Amino acid sequence: MNYYRLRVFKNRLMQLLVYLALFSALAPLLSILFEVIRRGFSTINFDFFIKPTPTVGEARGGVANAIQGTLITIGFASLIGVPVGLMSGIFLSEYGESKLAVAVRFLHDVLSGIPSIVIGVFAYALITRSIGFSVAAAAFALAVIMIPIVTRTTEEALRLVPVSIREAAIALGIPRWKTTITIVFSSAKRAIVTGILLSTARIAGESAPVLVSMGFWRWWFAGLDRPAANLALNIFIFAMSPFENWIALAWGSALVLILLVLGISVATRAFTRGY
Amino acid sequence: MASKFEIQNLNAWFGLKHVLKNINMKIEEKAVTAIIGPSGCGKTTFIRCLNRMHETTPGARVSGRVIFNGVDIYGNGVDPVMVRRKIGMVFQKPNPFPMMSIYDNVAVGLKLNGVKDRKILDAAVRRSLELANLWDEVKDDLNKPGVSLSGGQQQRLCIARALAVEPEVLLMDEPCSALDPIATAKIEALIRKLAENYTVIIVTHNIQQAARVSDYTAFFYLGELVEYGLTKQIFENPKHELTERYLTGEFG
Repeated sequence: MNYYRLRVFKNRLMQLLVYLALFSALAPLLSILFEVIRRGFSTINFDFFIKPTPTVGEARGGVANAIQGTLITIGFASLIGVPVGLMSGIFLSEYGESKLAVAVRFLHDVLSGIPSIVIGVFAYALITRSIGFSVAAAAFALAVIMIPIVTRTTEEALRLVPVSIREAAIALGIPRWKTTITIVFSSAKRAIVTGILLSTARIAGESAPVLVSMGFWRWWFAGLDRPAANLALNIFIFAMSPFENWIALAWGSALVLILLVLGISVATRAFTRGY
Repeated sequence: MASKFEIQNLNAWFGLKHVLKNINMKIEEKAVTAIIGPSGCGKTTFIRCLNRMHETTPGARVSGRVIFNGVDIYGNGVDPVMVRRKIGMVFQKPNPFPMMSIYDNVAVGLKLNGVKDRKILDAAVRRSLELANLWDEVKDDLNKPGVSLSGGQQQRLCIARALAVEPEVLLMDEPCSALDPIATAKIEALIRKLAENYTVIIVTHNIQQAARVSDYTAFFYLGELVEYGLTKQIFENPKHELTERYLTGEFG
């Protein structure tokens, strides 16, 4: 009987500790959200979404150009990063035992550990130095950051598909490549989309590599060989500026960035909802 | 009766392990052939050699000839994918495709082989589900996920899926071992019905099941074919002492 009461007590104690840990993990997150919404919301108005960066003295202005620039940059980064990541993920899961695959997997691990600023400098040396500060260079840098994330989540997701499912498809007389890109892929679809999503969210928030390869830009998108405005950079530059209206825009940009990431996430979830 | 398969000197390995040794046998068309024997005797490997599934396992190897409709399926220039379209397979555990509806599970083999016409697909789905004795139970729920069915229904769905691509042979690897007696009885009745038009080869652990459903029985032991003949003869009057000892439950 005594043991039982002790056990009940220990159970309660552990439960309490678990809840405390949960709370301390959530507290910073919630306070960030709260603060960003509180400060950012007041700066958001109609102009905010349709006007580009104001000049120093100008009162009215927005981040429309940064939203446009961010979407274009992420879009181009995904255009490079997603196919390369998906293909390497398929390669690793389907031919994972070969020496080449072991090497590729190791390199992806190394790549995902490289600080993003180093990747930015790499893009700078490779692209910016020849064509100048540009969307192309930033998209390239962000794609390099995306690739290992997409690759590893794709590989993991495909590996989780049971052998019995592959065998069922192969026994139906479906060629192996079709089995992989239809049956196996559809079984792993959600996990893969989640991986792509996470990587998009990650690059949407990157500022260092963007700063090095593309730089800050206050105007509208003007071509892939030119820079474009960027939300993460807006926060970085505006927050450090001495001007009231720019600081306010930094909070607004932070809110928009969070909403953007949230929006992508919700939209894609709705898209992949099936069985 | 005509032979559907003529197997000559079939050997199979997993790495260095020799799991099938010099199998020679003929398998009759439009009949049920049961493969029995204790665990690890090569039953499953044997049927996986008949549709070239064995070689999909890393390190697996085959030698010998498997003549199917007069052609050696291990001959030069034979596409294993085409072999598998003619020789369907049902597995031990029901394995419907998890993200697909009942309809898609059945239609997918045709769809991925290029059939796009909705009418043809609808007809094939209905025909296959009817053949698998599942149509009446699912006809109103074709859009529900395949995995929402019961175990026995899932296995019949897998049979329908295999039948949809119009094979000539159905290989079944212990199709009832994960099912309860009622579901098992349904599958056994189905096997008898299918034998009217298909050549069925069934691996089973269950000796009574072999007696109930098969026309011919092959007894494997340690990778060798010990005895093969009419089921009635094997069960009533086995020629080998080993067969008799296995059938009377002396070892399993």
